[in-house]
Amino acid sequence: MFEDDEDDGPSAQTKAKTNQTELTVSELSAAVKRTVEDRFGLVRVRAEIGRVSRPRSGHIYLSLKDDKAVIDGVMWKGVASRLSIQPEEGLEVVVTGKLTTFPGQSKYQIVIDKMEPAGAGALMAMLEARRKALTAEGLFDTERKRAIPSLPQVIGVVTSPSGAVIRDILHRLSERFPCHVLVWPVAVQGEKCAAEVAAAIHGFDAIAAGGPIPRPDVLIVARGGGSLEDLWGFNEEIVVRAAAECSIPLISAVGHETDTTLIDHAADLRAPTPTGAAEKAVPVRADLIAQVDTLSARRLRAMQRSLRDARERVVQSARVLPKPEALLAEKRQQLDLAVERLPRGPASVVREKTQALRLTADRLPRAFAARMEQTKSALAASRASLRPVSLQARIREAQGSSQAQAKRLHAAAPRIAMRKRDGLNALTRTLNSLSYLRVLDRGYAVVRGDDGKIIADAATIAAGDSLSIEFKERKTVAATAGEGTPAPFAKKRKAKTAAKLKPTPPEQTDLFGE
Amino acid sequence: MTKPDLESLSFEEAMGKLEKIVDALDSGDVSLEKSIDIYEQGAALQRHCEDKLKQAEMRVQKIVAGADGKARTAEDTSFE
Repeated sequence: MFEDDEDDGPSAQTKAKTNQTELTVSELSAAVKRTVEDRFGLVRVRAEIGRVSRPRSGHIYLSLKDDKAVIDGVMWKGVASRLSIQPEEGLEVVVTGKLTTFPGQSKYQIVIDKMEPAGAGALMAMLEARRKALTAEGLFDTERKRAIPSLPQVIGVVTSPSGAVIRDILHRLSERFPCHVLVWPVAVQGEKCAAEVAAAIHGFDAIAAGGPIPRPDVLIVARGGGSLEDLWGFNEEIVVRAAAECSIPLISAVGHETDTTLIDHAADLRAPTPTGAAEKAVPVRADLIAQVDTLSARRLRAMQRSLRDARERVVQSARVLPKPEALLAEKRQQLDLAVERLPRGPASVVREKTQALRLTADRLPRAFAARMEQTKSALAASRASLRPVSLQARIREAQGSSQAQAKRLHAAAPRIAMRKRDGLNALTRTLNSLSYLRVLDRGYAVVRGDDGKIIADAATIAAGDSLSIEFKERKTVAATAGEGTPAPFAKKRKAKTAAKLKPTPPEQTDLFGE
Repeated sequence: MTKPDLESLSFEEAMGKLEKIVDALDSGDVSLEKSIDIYEQGAALQRHCEDKLKQAEMRVQKIVAGADGKARTAEDTSFE
């Protein structure tokens, strides 16, 4: 139609020039949009991620670049939530999506449907870079690691509430040492994983001791095996920082033994598997019970042995100890010897001297009588020989002699008596010096019974017997034998002492009373 | 050996002390009087350890977090 018009008139040339349809900007933009979207409805682009922005809408805006060009990209919320690896500046990715234009700003962008790291190498490179940065910060220092308590009462587990991992952990815990387990459910992969795991760690750490929810003594962050991308959430910085900052000792068990995520570096202890984490968290209760039993048995045995040894030592010492009788025997012998050397008892001395005196005294009248008899017979003989012639003279002579003799005899008799008395006095003095009274002066006392006899043996005293006790200077008190109750005795003694009994010395009564 | 405040002792500490006491008793180096004393301490430590071992009951609770990210409640649950 236009072509026809062109060929018609002379102005066709000009017309041809202006013949091009004028389009509105909107029309053009719409045309471009159509063209671009048709032509690039599905593209696959390899790029390095430039800046990333995440507004609250949940969409992700980022730029993809290589060394020469840049293209903007957008990831709608729904796609973003399915990402295993979150876009991060510098990460090499391959994105799949379609191009679209944004007419309002003359811009075009790629709407990303899928984004994955450009091969494991790219991810590993980023992981390594992040590990170095965090290591440099000191988050992985061994000095930061705390010991895992040996016997936790409460264990906090951060993991998926579904799946084998939590079951394995609970099973192994109940097998070894049943305890109180708090499970903080989290997504263990996908976009939410890192944020939820970090929040759970912070959440457990924020539980105050003594509150309605018990504060765990140890945390386990666990996840089963998976691809590097699956485990990626546990490499995220927020998770690593949460684990490092957590004041509760933390055991990480992410993936299989060969998988190492960054949380493993920050954890206080790394377990190869979730089951392994349960094993590291609690000891085997039965083993500990056996251990305590063994210790208590040893304690008992050791104590018994120590007591037995001590008893044996006592018995042995007792065996070496001298017998009490043996100790006393020697002293008793010494006493016997001393008693033997002691002057014989005062009573026997008195008896002896008294007898000697009595004998002497007995001889006195007999001797006198014999002398008289002798003199009389001599007189009779003289008288018989008298002759009457000289009798008178002889009688006178004899009378004179006889008178002289009698005179001598009368003079001699008192002298003899006086000599004897002198002897007696000397003996009395000796007697006094040997008297038991001197012994009393030395603090001894003489105990007499009712009959005045000396009681030498306590065994002969019966309770209630009256006793008299003589002290020095003849001071005598009366007493009543009791059963070892000195109190009434003391009273009685005082009374009697006050009365000042003064008995006559019994010896003299004996001596001169006869 | 000062008398340990049992309640504040962890299981490990109590075990360690009990082991030391048993070793000391076993060696026979302590006086009889002291051995009776530490024997008693050993008995207390043993009871403490046994008490700790007795507190073994499985209880599983699931944390429900509040909007502020803090643990709000813990519901008893099982993951069988």
